[in-house]
Amino acid sequence: MLHIVVCIKQVPDSREIRIDPVTNTLIRQGVPSIVNFYDLHGLEEALRIKDNIGARVTVVTMGPPPAIKALKECIALGADEAILVTDRKFAGADTLATSYVLAKTIEKVEEKWGKVDLVFCGKQTLDGDTGQVGPGIACRLDLEQLTYVGKVAKVDSEARKITVHRYLEDGTEVVETSMPALITALKELNEVRRASLPGMIRAARYEPITWTIADFENVDMSKIGLKGSPTVVGKTWVPEVRKIEGEIIKGDTPEQIAEQLTQKLAENNLAEKLGWV
Amino acid sequence: MSEKFDAVVVGAGPGGTAAALTMARAGLNVVLLERGEFPGAKNVFGGVLYRKQLEELVPEFWKERKFPMERNIVEQRYWMLGKESMVTFSHRNEAYKDPINCFTAFRVKFDQWFADKAVEAGALPIYETAAIDLLREGNRVVGVKTDREDGDLYADVVVIADGVNSLLGKSLGVHKEWRPDEVALAVKEVIALPKEKIQDRFNVDQDEGVTIEYMGEVTQGMAGMGFLYTNKDTISLGVGVMVNDLKKKKIKPYAILDAVKQHPMIRKLIEGGERAEYSAHLIPEGGYYSIPPLSGDGWCIVGDAAQLINFVHREGTNLAMASGRMAGEAIIEAKNSGDFSAQTLKLYDETLRNSYILKDLKKYKGLHKLLEEEDPEMLFTQLPKAVNEAAYNMFNVDGVPKAEKQKMAVRKIQEAAGGSLNLMKLGYKGWRSING
Ligand SMILES: Cc1cc2nc3c(=O)[nH]c(=O)nc-3n(C[C@H](O)[C@H](O)[C@H](O)COP(=O)(O)OP(=O)(O)OC[C@H]3O[C@@H](n4cnc5c(N)ncnc54)[C@H](O)[C@@H]3O)c2cc1C
Ligand SMILES: Cc1cc2nc3c(=O)[nH]c(=O)nc-3n(C[C@H](O)[C@H](O)[C@H](O)COP(=O)(O)OP(=O)(O)OC[C@H]3O[C@@H](n4cnc5c(N)ncnc54)[C@H](O)[C@@H]3O)c2cc1C
Repeated sequence: MLHIVVCIKQVPDSREIRIDPVTNTLIRQGVPSIVNFYDLHGLEEALRIKDNIGARVTVVTMGPPPAIKALKECIALGADEAILVTDRKFAGADTLATSYVLAKTIEKVEEKWGKVDLVFCGKQTLDGDTGQVGPGIACRLDLEQLTYVGKVAKVDSEARKITVHRYLEDGTEVVETSMPALITALKELNEVRRASLPGMIRAARYEPITWTIADFENVDMSKIGLKGSPTVVGKTWVPEVRKIEGEIIKGDTPEQIAEQLTQKLAENNLAEKLGWV
Repeated sequence: MSEKFDAVVVGAGPGGTAAALTMARAGLNVVLLERGEFPGAKNVFGGVLYRKQLEELVPEFWKERKFPMERNIVEQRYWMLGKESMVTFSHRNEAYKDPINCFTAFRVKFDQWFADKAVEAGALPIYETAAIDLLREGNRVVGVKTDREDGDLYADVVVIADGVNSLLGKSLGVHKEWRPDEVALAVKEVIALPKEKIQDRFNVDQDEGVTIEYMGEVTQGMAGMGFLYTNKDTISLGVGVMVNDLKKKKIKPYAILDAVKQHPMIRKLIEGGERAEYSAHLIPEGGYYSIPPLSGDGWCIVGDAAQLINFVHREGTNLAMASGRMAGEAIIEAKNSGDFSAQTLKLYDETLRNSYILKDLKKYKGLHKLLEEEDPEMLFTQLPKAVNEAAYNMFNVDGVPKAEKQKMAVRKIQEAAGGSLNLMKLGYKGWRSING
C-alpha cells in the first residue's frame, strides 16, 4: 500500500486579513485560521488515491499548538494520522529551516510507518507566499520534484510510477516519473470534498501526535528556528493605492467610439504612459 | 455508522451548551452539534448575561482570567423618550459589584468559552454541521439527520436547542412559522468608542457598565423598544419593533435605528463613535401562551426553541441556560433508569413549570394581548409624549399655579390614552397583563 505524506500549514484566512495602517504589518489577532487551501487540494488528491488504490495518508505540520485545529480538519476529511511538530526552538523559521525540519519529520514518519512514496505540498502559502518549502523538502530528501501540478493522471503502485500534468505559464507539461516524488498542488487539481459525519466524529475524538525537538535524534541545531534562518526581511510596506479616474466613452457606433478612444490616447500620450508603445 | 450516543444536543447556544455540560459532567456520551463554524460565530443578542444561572453551571466563572466579560453592570436606566426630552428612572448600586448581577458580553466570545467548558467535561463537539431533520421510529425520536454524508446521528435523547426559528421544533410539530404579529425584528449596531470616553460619558470605572432601555417616539408609532449597553470599548445600540407594524408603516428597521442615533439624548453618548458591526435578528415575542410541550419520547426542547423568553426583562440567555440544565438533569435520570420515554422525561417539564421561569412568564402572560388590543401609536408614542410634556410643565417655572399644572398634566395623559375612563382601563389592563 502506498504511503503518502501531506504537508499542511495553518494560515490566517486571507479573506479577513487587514493591514495595520500604522505599522504596515498584518493584523493577525482575531483573524480566523484556516488550512492553506492549496494544501487541502494536495490532501484531497492523496485521499482520492487512497479511495482508488488504497494508501496510508499522514498529515504533518510545523507550527504553534493552535495548528491542532487544522490537523483535526484533515482527519475529518479522511487522513489516517496527523502530526504536529512544535517547539519554541523551531519558531522563527524561514523556508530553509522549515524545509529542514519537515524533511526530518518525513524521515521520522518513514521510520514509524514505513517508506513514503509521495509527498504533497501546496504550490505556496497564503501568508508566506514563497513556494519554496516544497522544493526544499524534495531537495533534502532527494525526491522527484513535480511542481505546479494541476492533474494527477496516473498512479501505478506496482511499477512505482506517477504521471502528472504540470500547468506552466506557456502550456501544460505531461510528466511521468518514478516514486518517491514530491508534488506541489494547484487548485485545479481537484475539488475538495466536505467531511462526512463519521469523519467529523473521528476528528472530534482524535488527538494529533505531537513531536517536539526532544523527539528527534540527529537534528542539527544550527539549521533550525531563527538561528537556522538566514532570510532577513529588510522592509515591508503596503503599496500606495493610486486612484485612476475612469471614463466611459459613449457613441452611436463602435467606429465612433473607437475613433474617440484613439484620439484620447494620442492626446494624452496615454499609450506611452501605460507602456503600450 | 451505527454508533449510538446517550444524547445529541442540537445548537451550541446558551441553552444547548448548558444541557451538554450538565450531561457530560455526569459521564453521559454527548454530542454537541452546531451549524456555525464555531459556537457563537454568527450569534447575536443585545448584550446582557446574568450571573445566577451561569454560576449554577460554572461556579465563580467571573474569577477566570479568560472569562470574556465586557463590563459588570452597576446601573440600569429606563428612558421614556419625547422628541427632544426624556423622563427617566434608574437604579445604581455598589452592591452589584459583589456579587455581580449581570454583565455585558459578546456572543462570539461567550458561546465559544461556554461550549469549551462542555467539551472539557467530555462532550463531543461537532461544528459546521447542521441538523436538517429528526430521525424517528414511530413516535419516538431516535436521532437527527445532519447535512453531511453518512449524516445520521443516533441517540437515546435529542435535545432541541436550535433557537428561535427552531427547524426541529417545526419538524416535531410543536413549533410553527411565526406570524408577523408574534415577532419583533431587532437591529443592532456596535459602535466603537475609546474606553475613557465610555467611562466619562456613563460615569463608571474601568470594568463597570450601564444599561439603558428606552421607548417612545423614536419607534415612530410602532410597538417597540430599544437598548444601549456599554461594553469595554464599544457601545451596543439597538432597537426592536414588531414586524407587522414595520410592514404596515413600510418603514425599514435601519431607518429607525438611524433616527435613534439622531435623538439628542443618544447622539451625545455615541458621538465620535464608529460603527464596527451591524446585525439584525428576530425576537419571538414568545410568552407564556406560546410555550410548547417541552418533552416527549426521546426529546426535550430548551431555550428560545421553546419560547422561553421574557422580553419585558430582556431575559433569554439565562432562561435558556436554566432550561438546558434542567433538561440535562432529567436526561441523566432517564439514563439511570434506562427509560427515555416521555414518562421519564416529563420530569423536565415539571421542574421547569415549578421554577421561577414559568412563574415569571406566567406573570406577563396578558401582555401580548394588551399589545394586540391597544393601538401601538397610543402606547408607544402618544403616552410617552404626554408624560414628557407633563414633566416639562411640572418642572417649568412659569407663574402658572402648581395645582393647575397638575390638572393639565393629568389631562394631557388622559387625552393621550383617549379619555379618563380609557386611561383607567389601560392602567388596569396593564397592571393585569404583568401581574395576571
Ligand atoms: C513555533 C512556530 C511558530 C511559527 N510561527 C509562524 C508565523 O508566525 N508565521 C509564519 O508564516 N510561519 C510560522 N511558522 C512556520 C514557518 O516558519 C513557515 O512555515 C515557513 O516560513 C514557510 O514559508 P512559506 O509560508 O512561504 O511557505 P511556502 O513555501 O509558500 O509553502 C509551500 C508549501 O509548503 C508546505 N509548508 C510550508 N510551511 C509549512 C509548515 N510550517 N508545516 C507544514 N508544511 C508547510 C505547505 O504544503 C505549503 O503549501 C512557525 C513555525 C513554528 C514551529
Ligand atoms: C436583538 C436581541 C437582543 C437580545 N438581548 C438579550 C439580552 O440582552 N440578554 C438576554 O439574556 N437575552 C437577550 N436576547 C435573547 C437571547 O439571545 C436568547 O434568549 C438566547 O440566545 C437563547 O439561547 P438558545 O441557546 O436557546 O438559542 P440561540 O442562542 O439562538 O442558539 C441556537 C444555536 O443553535 C444553532 N443552530 C440553529 N439551528 C441549527 C441546526 N439546524 N443545526 C445545528 N445548529 C443549529 C445556532 O447556530 C445557535 O448557535 C436577545 C435576543 C435578541 C434577538
